[in-house]
Amino acid sequence: MKIWDPLYECMPREDLEQLQLERMQATLNRVYKSVTCYKKKFDEAGINPEEIRSFEDLAKLPFTTKEDLRLNYPYGMFAVPLREVVRIHSSSGTTGKPTVVGYTKNDIRTWSNLVARFMTAAGVTRDDVVQIAFGYGMFTGAFGLHYGSETIGASVIPMSAGNTEKQIMIMQDYRPTVLVCTPSYAITIASRMEQMGVDPKSLALKVGLFGAEPWSEGMRKEIESRLYLSATDNYGLSEIIGPGVADECEYKCGMHLFEDNFIAEIIDPDTGEVLPRGSVGELVLTTLTKEAFPMIRYRTRDITSLDYEKCACGRTMVRMRKTMGRSDDMLIIKGVNVFPSQIEEILFAIEGCEPHYQLVVEREGDMDTLEVRIEVTENIFFDEMKKQKAFVEQVERKIFSVLGVGASVKLVEPTSLPRHEGKAVRVIDKRKL
Amino acid sequence: MLKIKNINTYYGQVHALKNVSLHVNPGEIVSLIGANGAGKTTILNSLSAVVPPRDGEIVFEGTSLAGLSADRVVELGISQVPEGRQVFKDFSVADNIELGAYLRYRGREAKGSIRKDIDDIFALFPQLASRKKQMAGTLSGGEQQMLAIGRALMAKPKLLLLDEPSMGLAPLVVQEIFRVIAMLRKERGTSVLLVEQNAMAALKIADRGYVLETGKVILEENAADLLENKDVQRAYLGKDKKEIWER
Repeated sequence: MKIWDPLYECMPREDLEQLQLERMQATLNRVYKSVTCYKKKFDEAGINPEEIRSFEDLAKLPFTTKEDLRLNYPYGMFAVPLREVVRIHSSSGTTGKPTVVGYTKNDIRTWSNLVARFMTAAGVTRDDVVQIAFGYGMFTGAFGLHYGSETIGASVIPMSAGNTEKQIMIMQDYRPTVLVCTPSYAITIASRMEQMGVDPKSLALKVGLFGAEPWSEGMRKEIESRLYLSATDNYGLSEIIGPGVADECEYKCGMHLFEDNFIAEIIDPDTGEVLPRGSVGELVLTTLTKEAFPMIRYRTRDITSLDYEKCACGRTMVRMRKTMGRSDDMLIIKGVNVFPSQIEEILFAIEGCEPHYQLVVEREGDMDTLEVRIEVTENIFFDEMKKQKAFVEQVERKIFSVLGVGASVKLVEPTSLPRHEGKAVRVIDKRKL
Repeated sequence: MLKIKNINTYYGQVHALKNVSLHVNPGEIVSLIGANGAGKTTILNSLSAVVPPRDGEIVFEGTSLAGLSADRVVELGISQVPEGRQVFKDFSVADNIELGAYLRYRGREAKGSIRKDIDDIFALFPQLASRKKQMAGTLSGGEQQMLAIGRALMAKPKLLLLDEPSMGLAPLVVQEIFRVIAMLRKERGTSVLLVEQNAMAALKIADRGYVLETGKVILEENAADLLENKDVQRAYLGKDKKEIWER
């Protein structure tokens, strides 16, 4: 498979680390000079960026959190005057108020190239036709993939999200070979196609680029078999650059994180301590090439681990495991850490289980309760109460054996759970209300 | 080929370079830009061991330059063309060129191969060939710059350090000098670390660049991106001067 930018993507580790050091020092010197928030934070921590000599030194600097972005709303974290910014986006606002990010002309070019990297890794070429079913707007997803496709030279269908039937019509008529959307929307499309009697094999789709929300290996298999394409994951977040932080190569063994542009650390989300290589923890990112909106030690809240073993594809960049959830999505139920993605894995493992589910956590007295709501499908909808009961018990048993936490499973009407073209609402935690 | 990590260089009490890290790849032209006093020349002087850094590491083709004398650095393949040319004014053009091979004579290299290189230099700079016997001090600024470059090339450098080659020269002459630099890289594969006030001209022939400010690197980017960077344009390329946005 082709590599878009082999000079950087396959750079020997030693050279890469030199480049990272140079860019890190330059970025720190620059933000100290031009972003008041960073100057204040560094001064409070008693560190002058001039003194930073290594990646270990970086760990002495304070984290940047979404809270900092909110306090400096809207433009306080920009490192260049607004007149040099050519684009403003805001985070998709999965949790709370949106945060505002900006791009210079060079940033847009950097971004386009990073997206071109992961699209190329997924097998997209200039001969492809790309249907983008991410919502165009303040969300970075659609524009990122749009620029990446154009950079490669592929044809873009800027369909945007929603109107599933029309999406399917376009797939039949325009013959796109690549589908871009959230994994949950891919399932929605697949279900709709089944209802409409459209055979995915009659379409031209060969590659799917799914991102913007965590999804499991089970979901990958599900999408691949139902849409008849190769499903790849990619990782990114608006605060860092949008899509284009990490990509999956043809071996699908984790996502290569573009270390020439970002420094990745894994920390303990509770103590903030940097964890040894290979540990599971929260991903913290520092941008190395961003001009308008550099981020220093940004807490992504995404839980993952990094694998420094060499990959067979030839890329030397570290591989980040599929995100297992968010540290702020992480539910602590009866003292046990539970990620929605774990439950998703369990559901997929059970034959005939549709991926539409929702977790409801409540507190009765001092006791936490977890309810898993699953939409029934023709496969699960048993006429016999006995069979239904057996199914529910099977899921409950499985959850208990994997998580060590008891859950009550409830079957709900098909399509009764909230679902939109953007991101799925998987968790309702009533304890905080 | 060249890797610098965290060098700190002082002039007496003055902390001139603060944890500077940079690198040059084989065959690459890398430009250092920045205002007066930013530390550009100091980086070159630290490299050539004229003003050795107090700490940090400089590794050239796998060899650490720590503690090496200036002549040893030249032997390893790094030649510096100093700011203001510094040709030997009372010597002839031919003698100036030959002096560039001083270390090779000292190393008892066969005279024939040195002779051949001298001929190559004159082929490279035909203006100098017609003035071999003339005193270097009587040459024009542009010719003196060519002579200084020619002299440095006699040491057969793999990495050429150029300090303000365009200083005080007429625009057409500057163009000629930069054409020669680009050609050296193309024909000889010589890597170049180029310090320039004329950032526009430098970035046009460079692959990458570093922007320095008060002894620190504040930006590393592709030359094309640096030319697009508004901060760089405002501060070093003289664009948009009237519209400086107050922060």
